[in-house]
Amino acid sequence: MHINRRTLIASAATTAGFMATSLPLHAMAQSAPSNVINVALFPEPTTITVGWGQTGPSQLVGGNINEGLLRYDDKLQPMPCLATAWTVSKDQMVYTFTLKKGVTWHDGKPFDAQDAVFSIDKFTRSLNPRVRVAMQSVESVKALDSHTVEIRMKEVFAPFIGLFDSSTIPMAPRHLYENTDLSGKPPSTGPIIGTGPYKYKEWVRGSYIHLVRNEKYHEAGIPKIDNVYFHVIPDAASRAAAFESGKIDVLPGGTVEYFDVARLAKLPGVAVSSKGWEKFAPMAWLWINHRNPLFQDVRMRQAIELAVDRDALSKVVWQGYAPAATGPFPSQVPFYSKAVVQPKRDKAKAAKLLQELGYKGQTIRLLGLPFGETWNRSAELVRQNLLEAGFKVELVATDLAGSVSKQSNWDFDLAFTYMFQYGDPALGISRNYVSSEIKKGSPFNNVGGYQSAKADALFFRGSREADPQKRAEAYAEVQKTLIDDVAAVWLLELNFPTVYRSKITNLINSGIGLNDSIARASIR
Amino acid sequence: MNKLSFFLRRLVQGFATLLLIAVMNFMLIHAAPGDPATVLAGESGSADEQFLQELRQRFDLDRPLPQQLLSYLGRLAQGDLGDSYRQQAPVIDLIMDRLPATLLLTISAFVLSLLFGVTLGAWASRHVGKWQDTLITTFSMLFYATPLYWVALMAVLVFSVQLGWLPGFGFETVGAGYSGLARGLDIAQHLVLPTLVLALFYMAIYARMTRASMLEVAHQDFVKTARAKGLSEGRVLRSHILRNALLPVVTLAGMQAGAMVGGAVLIETVFAWPGIGRLLFEALAQRDYALLLGTFLVTASIAVLFNLLTDVVYTLVDPRIELS
Repeated sequence: MHINRRTLIASAATTAGFMATSLPLHAMAQSAPSNVINVALFPEPTTITVGWGQTGPSQLVGGNINEGLLRYDDKLQPMPCLATAWTVSKDQMVYTFTLKKGVTWHDGKPFDAQDAVFSIDKFTRSLNPRVRVAMQSVESVKALDSHTVEIRMKEVFAPFIGLFDSSTIPMAPRHLYENTDLSGKPPSTGPIIGTGPYKYKEWVRGSYIHLVRNEKYHEAGIPKIDNVYFHVIPDAASRAAAFESGKIDVLPGGTVEYFDVARLAKLPGVAVSSKGWEKFAPMAWLWINHRNPLFQDVRMRQAIELAVDRDALSKVVWQGYAPAATGPFPSQVPFYSKAVVQPKRDKAKAAKLLQELGYKGQTIRLLGLPFGETWNRSAELVRQNLLEAGFKVELVATDLAGSVSKQSNWDFDLAFTYMFQYGDPALGISRNYVSSEIKKGSPFNNVGGYQSAKADALFFRGSREADPQKRAEAYAEVQKTLIDDVAAVWLLELNFPTVYRSKITNLINSGIGLNDSIARASIR
Repeated sequence: MNKLSFFLRRLVQGFATLLLIAVMNFMLIHAAPGDPATVLAGESGSADEQFLQELRQRFDLDRPLPQQLLSYLGRLAQGDLGDSYRQQAPVIDLIMDRLPATLLLTISAFVLSLLFGVTLGAWASRHVGKWQDTLITTFSMLFYATPLYWVALMAVLVFSVQLGWLPGFGFETVGAGYSGLARGLDIAQHLVLPTLVLALFYMAIYARMTRASMLEVAHQDFVKTARAKGLSEGRVLRSHILRNALLPVVTLAGMQAGAMVGGAVLIETVFAWPGIGRLLFEALAQRDYALLLGTFLVTASIAVLFNLLTDVVYTLVDPRIELS
């Protein structure tokens, strides 16, 4: 007993000591060095090793370490990066890139055309399913000399020049990966090597990832910030609190809930930007499971479309940060047509259609997205809309694994989704509606099972046509077809606002936003 | 029965329990829809059939379930907890990285809650019906009934965001480059809020339990005898009432100490504390089977260990109790 008591008193004293030593953090924050940027990160990426990390968080960190041949501005026009010049032949069959000289990998080895050929032809082709599809149109990738790469096409693939950013075809060090099994695990040992403005320093799992300035970066004057820390904070409310308390400087898009964005935006010294999503142009819609006999009649699909209140979704749930979608193409994507729009909400008309069709109250299973409060509220609002029009709706709640599994096995009636469009209809949009992309087991692409020979042909024409005018015609026609058929119910043109301290300047300066690298940012 | 054979028997029982837990966890987790491949595909935003198949092959998920279970148990027997699919690292390393943070948090909270819980409970029982008692029981009720998650967030908002007294997330100040004592103090600062919040809930339980138990013991005959012998009130309270009243508290605390390790999930999530509870939760959400089973197994082992320790503490609190 005596021993026990003494131990207890000792621990109580220690605890009291902890309390007494705590300094006001606000005072500490002021004296902190200004060459550090703290960024919130969630979820913690599986890997930040280039190529293996396809997720947003992987690219958010990895985009600072590895680079692509090109960067893209917010109009999606190419800018130089590791390539200083590039030409596209008139028939769009030959692409030639001139690489920057004097660039070295972080381990000191020189970067040359062989690295680029390896990265394009072998590395990303075997690791990235998105690139794999695009590479089917490629005949050959060759190094003409140590700093010139030539790509010859089998057929025209119009959006090809848009693939060379760090998030799509990043340059990988050939000398490290050439003889490794690319289909296996990412290399667990060895340094993470790129040519980028930041070098990998440390990753304390569950806590933070630390990057440091690359002193030998190939562009003079950058990066301007010496240290970047990515802090893993699992709870959305805690991320907002960490920002408020001054410990976090940047909340990348999607790391806090929309109601917190609206709240934080009002604080002094805080800036909010919706830029940096132009290339991804994420859009949310409702998959309609076309295999369900209930939805065979187009009027049934129209009834759903007419029941959903997209404006309320945009204004109330998404706090005005995500405008209502007008059709299958988000307005940021080239060849978006203003001429055709899906009809606005008309509850009475929806109810009338249901009556006409003799709907007997069959339950419709609505699958939400397990990505936080905003998505939960979206699902609840849509459910409410459908109930008001006379549908019987059951909300299906799942975690991510469950949701992906249900979507890939077509086990739903209506399902929320949001996907990136990658700056061209041929890259992002067509895969959602063409019949060749109906593949059981894959959670993406044409999950709804929409089939139309007309849409298939138009999408094909759009991607194989070199003349922008003709592409525009094909895509305008396809937008009309998809809307007429109610292939899906398009909800919102998403963007994920970035919340940051206004003392940071030039934080976002490309069409892929923070995924590009924050090398050009500085602190006032 | 001598102490050695008692411990041996309990150890064997403990291992049997752990084996059962391993098998049950394995079956349960595989019964949930979806697998790690679907999660990775879902997060990456693009996937084709080939990609998913490659992932499944890499994770060894393309074999029948019984075969997977057998090879898992086989590896377990050799002390190998396997590799995490997602984090691409041996499970044991990941757990060992996180365990110290969790133990620091839970042991601090455990000690704090027991210390204050028992003290407050004893105090309340001594002033039963008076304002002290009302105050303590009201607060116990309040902290017992309020969701931990909410208390945690409020603590962050008040002490970290508004007042700026204490850090609201993380294990230490990242990038400060502290070492030695300075680092210890830094970690201690980060420890205060999560420990207090976690301790409050358990403190409430122990306070209520101690109070009830002491009131019950206070009316028994041996207490009257002690008083009749002319012992001072303080001595009666300490040596007779409290000592006997502590037994049920020890039982409960022993059971909870093990559970606390795995149950700190909410606290670790809110405070971004890099502990095992969070590791477990994330592994569950990501269907990271090997990691999930590993964390289950380690937390279960700790619970088994604490139960064993509880038995020992019994004999210290009341030497009349035999190990059997």
